[in-house]
Amino acid sequence: MSIAKTEVEKVARLARLEVEEKRAEKLVDELDSVLEYVGKLDELDTDDVEPTTHPVAAEHTGRDDEVNEGLTVEQVVGHAPDQQDGQFRVPKVVDE
Amino acid sequence: MSRDILKELRAGEISSLEVIDAIIEAAQDDVFNAFVSLVDPSELREQARGADRAREAGEARPLEGWPVAIKDNICTRNLTTTAGSKILEDFESPYEATAVQRLRDAGAIVVGKTNLDEFGMGSSSETSHIGPVRNPADPDRVAGGSSGGSAAALAAELALGALGSDTGGSVRQPASHCGVVGLKPTYGRVSRNGLIAYASSLDQIGPMASTVEGCARLFDAIAGHDDRDATSLAVEPAGPGCADVLSEGVDGMTVGLPEEYLGEASRLDPQVRSRVEAAIEALEEAGAETTSVSLPHTEYAVATYYLIATAEASSNLARYDGVRFGRRAEDADDLAELYKKSRAEGFGDEVKRRIILGTYVLSAGYYEAYYEKAQKVRTLIRRDFESAFEEVDALVAPVAPTPAWTLGEKRDDPLEMYLEDIFTTSANLAGIPAMSVPSGTTDQGLPVGTQLLGPALSEPVLFRLAQKIFEQCNDEASGRG
Repeated sequence: MSIAKTEVEKVARLARLEVEEKRAEKLVDELDSVLEYVGKLDELDTDDVEPTTHPVAAEHTGRDDEVNEGLTVEQVVGHAPDQQDGQFRVPKVVDE
Repeated sequence: MSRDILKELRAGEISSLEVIDAIIEAAQDDVFNAFVSLVDPSELREQARGADRAREAGEARPLEGWPVAIKDNICTRNLTTTAGSKILEDFESPYEATAVQRLRDAGAIVVGKTNLDEFGMGSSSETSHIGPVRNPADPDRVAGGSSGGSAAALAAELALGALGSDTGGSVRQPASHCGVVGLKPTYGRVSRNGLIAYASSLDQIGPMASTVEGCARLFDAIAGHDDRDATSLAVEPAGPGCADVLSEGVDGMTVGLPEEYLGEASRLDPQVRSRVEAAIEALEEAGAETTSVSLPHTEYAVATYYLIATAEASSNLARYDGVRFGRRAEDADDLAELYKKSRAEGFGDEVKRRIILGTYVLSAGYYEAYYEKAQKVRTLIRRDFESAFEEVDALVAPVAPTPAWTLGEKRDDPLEMYLEDIFTTSANLAGIPAMSVPSGTTDQGLPVGTQLLGPALSEPVLFRLAQKIFEQCNDEASGRG
C-alpha cells in the first residue's frame, strides 16, 4: 500500500506535529518502504486468530480505597513551563 | 579494575571509596559519550564512605557500594531524566522509579544517567539530543541501542552495574555489541513504574553488568511485584534468587536451536555464527542436550513489532504537549499551535517518524489492516514459543545479525536499521525473558553476544546457562577476562 503526501499531512495534524514541506516528502518515501515491508503480514491467514493485546494473562488489579500519600500540587505543577496559582498556564483557548 | 571487583568489594579487599574514585577519574572525559549526566563527585564519595562503614560494621546490604548507571529514560530524583530528548532536556522527575529505589535500598550507588536513543527508539544510540554513544571496543563504531550508554559505561568500567530498558532488544543488542551481560526479564517481573513509556505492552526494565553474577544480583534486587505498576506480576517464584543458582550447572537441560535463527536463511554474519556455535558447544560440553526446533513465524516479528510499537508510542508520546512538563515552544498564538510547535521542536526525526507511522496505523480505515493484524500475528509468534517450550527448557540464538557497525552507517535508512532487531523483537512480543551473554569477539576484536530465551519466569534457568557460556567463551578469548 502506498501513502500519499496528503495522508502524511493529515496524520501529522492528528498527531499535533508540525511537519515542514520538505520533510513531509521524505516521510512519504520512508513510510512507503516501511509499509511495503509490513505488508508481509498479509501472507498469513489470521481470520481465526485472537489478537494479543497484552503479553501475559492480565488480571485486573485493584487496591483498597485508601488515601495514600501522593505528590503535592507543587511537585506536579512545578515542572510546567508556565504556571500560576498551582495551575498550568496556556495561551488563550477561546475567543472573546 | 578487574572483573573480580564485585568479589573484592564483598571481601573487603578493595573499598567502595577506591572504586568510586577510579570511576570519578575515568568518567571525567567520558570519551564514549556514555553519560547524559553524572552525580557530583563529593556526593558519590560520601555515599561510598557510607558503604565502607556499613561493610566494616558487618551491615552490608546485597549491593552495598556498587556503582550503578541508570538509563536516562528511567526516572531518578535529584538528577535530570531526559530520555535523550530535547523535549525533556531539563526535566527533573518528582519521584524515583521503583527499580532505582530498589537498587538504592540494596546499597547501590547511582553514579549517573546513561545516553540512549531518543525515548529508546533506535538500535544504535545515535539519536540522542547529546549525540551518539561510541563503542569502547572501537570508538568509530556504534554501541548498539537503545541502551548503548549503559552498555558502554559497563564496558569502559565506568560502572559495575546498570539498568537499561528493552522494548525490542534495547538491553540485549547493546550488551552484545559492547561485550557485557544484559537481561530482558519476563514482562511484568520488574516494575515499569518510573520508566518513561515507549510501547507499554513491550517495555521492560532490564539489568546489565560486566558479569553474569553481577547481572543476576541486580535482577534479584529489582524483581518483584509493585503496586505502582498495574501490569506488575503478582507471582513470586519460589526458591533462591538467580545469583544463588549460578553454580548449579546445566547438566540434563535441553536447549533448542531455532532453525529460523541459525539456519542458512538467517543471513547471519559468519563470525557471529562461529561465536554462537562456540556458545552452543560450551553448553553441550557442560552436559546440556541440544535439539533443533522451529519458530515458523520468526520472519514476521519485525513487521509485527514496528506496527505495535509505533502505535503504542504515538499514544504514549501524546503527553509531551509543552503544557505540563518539558519544553514549550515560544511565540505560539493559540493552544493548537503550542502543541504542534513544541512537539516539532522537541522531538527528533526518528521519534517523529514513529509517531506518524503509529498514528497512521491506528487511524480510521487502517486500524484493522495494520494494528489489529499485527496483534493477531503477535498471537502466532507467542504460540511458536509455547510449542517450542513444550520440548525444551530454553533456546539459544544470536542477538544480532552482525557485530557493531560504523557510526552513521545505517542512519539514513530506517528499514535497514529496523531489520537489526530481527532476532530480539520476538521475546518482547511474547513477553518471555531473554538475555545476551558475551561469547568472545570477532577477528577485529568486536564483541559478540549469544542470546538465551526461555518461558515466562525462567530467569534462573537462563542465568545458569549464561554462566556456563560466560565461563567457557570469555576467559581465554577476550583478553578482558
